[in-house]
Amino acid sequence: QQPAQFSNPETSGYVGFANLPNQVHRKSVKKGFEFTLMVVGESGLGKSTLINSLFLTDLYPERIIPGAAEKIERTVQIEASTVEIEERGVKLRLTVVDTPGYGDAINCRDCFKTIISYIDEQFERYLHDESGLNRRHIIDNRVHCCFYFISPFGHGLKLLDVEFMKAIHNKVNIVPVIAKADTLSLKERERLKKRILDEIEDHGIKIYHLPDAESDEDEDFKEQTRLLKASIPFCVVGSNQLIEAKGKKVRGRLYPWGVVEVENPEHNDFLKLRTMLITHMQDLQEVTQDLHYENFRSERLKRGGRKIEEEVVNKDQILLEKEAELRRMQEMIARMQAQMQMQMQSGEGDSSAVHGQHV
Amino acid sequence: VIEEGGVKMKLTVIDTPGFGDQINNENCWEPIEKYINEQYEKFLKEEVNIARKKRIPDTRVHCCLYFISPTGHSLRPLDLEFMKHLSKVVNIIPVIAKADTMTLEEKTEFKQRVRKELEVNGIEFYPQKEFDEDLEDKTENDKIRQESMPFAVVGSDKEYQVNGKRVLGRKTPWGIIEVENLTHCEFALLRDFVIRTHLQDLKEVTHNIHYETYRAKRLNDNGGLPPMTVETEENHESNL
Repeated sequence: QQPAQFSNPETSGYVGFANLPNQVHRKSVKKGFEFTLMVVGESGLGKSTLINSLFLTDLYPERIIPGAAEKIERTVQIEASTVEIEERGVKLRLTVVDTPGYGDAINCRDCFKTIISYIDEQFERYLHDESGLNRRHIIDNRVHCCFYFISPFGHGLKLLDVEFMKAIHNKVNIVPVIAKADTLSLKERERLKKRILDEIEDHGIKIYHLPDAESDEDEDFKEQTRLLKASIPFCVVGSNQLIEAKGKKVRGRLYPWGVVEVENPEHNDFLKLRTMLITHMQDLQEVTQDLHYENFRSERLKRGGRKIEEEVVNKDQILLEKEAELRRMQEMIARMQAQMQMQMQSGEGDSSAVHGQHV
Repeated sequence: VIEEGGVKMKLTVIDTPGFGDQINNENCWEPIEKYINEQYEKFLKEEVNIARKKRIPDTRVHCCLYFISPTGHSLRPLDLEFMKHLSKVVNIIPVIAKADTMTLEEKTEFKQRVRKELEVNGIEFYPQKEFDEDLEDKTENDKIRQESMPFAVVGSDKEYQVNGKRVLGRKTPWGIIEVENLTHCEFALLRDFVIRTHLQDLKEVTHNIHYETYRAKRLNDNGGLPPMTVETEENHESNL
């Protein structure tokens, strides 16, 4: 590479390290990029469709959707699918971590244990690799971003939503997304967004904050960043079906009353979500590394390799629960015995219909 | 109390806020089952009274609209459990809510799937097959059971101008969803079914079947005696 290609050699005092960014760029492009995106939300919110729409691919080619009876027995699973996509010579190794079974059970108390374990495991593995002797090929499988899907059918966040987000907001970047937004009118969307933001603040949930545009960026970028920040949580509609609308073929959903266009900013925030993900992929990785991973690492090293006494605490809890249950059963037996006694006595007593005091 | 064409009807709507909202929803149908049985009990007590009213006030639940979430996938475990327990004590009409989130194909597929799941799990929703009185009823109800139900509905109390008429609907940037337009959703079918054709039958099935089942069970539990015995026990209590 001749310096002449990249700069003005006539300027005196020119050394040539201004070429560094280009070198970094070339190396990164050669190496390729890695990104791990986790999607969490109850079944039927359009998560898979949205992921396929975002990355214009089909990550779930042979999918079988289980029925309700099967879902009763199922626990939360973790399914990671990796796909290598390339655009203009730039390679992206994208891993999408799906969490089927989340929110399905009648009792969702243990819903998030599996998910949190998975996130911690990736941190653990990275820590292990980072501390190892051969650090040439550390693979980064840490979760860089979590899209949390909120149902548009309710009136805001559900209890489960709040509890889950509070449990992972110190481990992963949360991007809340309102799914199936084509069921909401524009006014309903604004109301729902505001309500969700208020609830997030009330509960102290830390979601991913887009960094403000730097002062030296151009106005367009600054405006775009402002718009993105103002639209969170994003209301999205996903689809990979091509529909004919206004003379062109667009990706959308065809209803008897009209066509919802996925890439129309007046119909939903899909484009905003995609823009945010693309322009902030780097930042999402950095925050994961500098904040979430470092948190994990310092906690882990402080503990010195021992697992927290979670197990002991759990055993105590289980004992307390069993004692409470025993007490309840004893009370129930006492009540039944009392009832039986009364029934036996009333068989001998006279039958005047005077109202007594209610037992 | 509402009136139409000289006919007065006392309508009671019972809402169940909080159903399914907890993280642990085990047995969340119990308070609902309890309420329904309490109404049967109230009616029974009045019926067995010596000096009973000529027209017993009927607070029994004649119809339960169960709202299914339009996931497009299948029923949720909670839906199955609820309907399994409650279809034995009350007329359940499953309804797919917010149907404007599904395209026509998705709707058809989802309805088929839900119907199959209900069948496989032995859930008899209203109109129950075993209560069809004659062939005419059977053919009419079969069609409803196998094709229309569960009704996919959209609701709205706002009106918009469409083609010169004022219609109930929902306004979106890509069109107006007309609630009473059968090509848009099945609200009109649900309304006609519950109000215009099967209202009386809902009451009759409640009285002749669900209530009688409850009554029989109560009498059996009391050794064939009507629940007057309850008063006696209480009386005895106060004598102690």
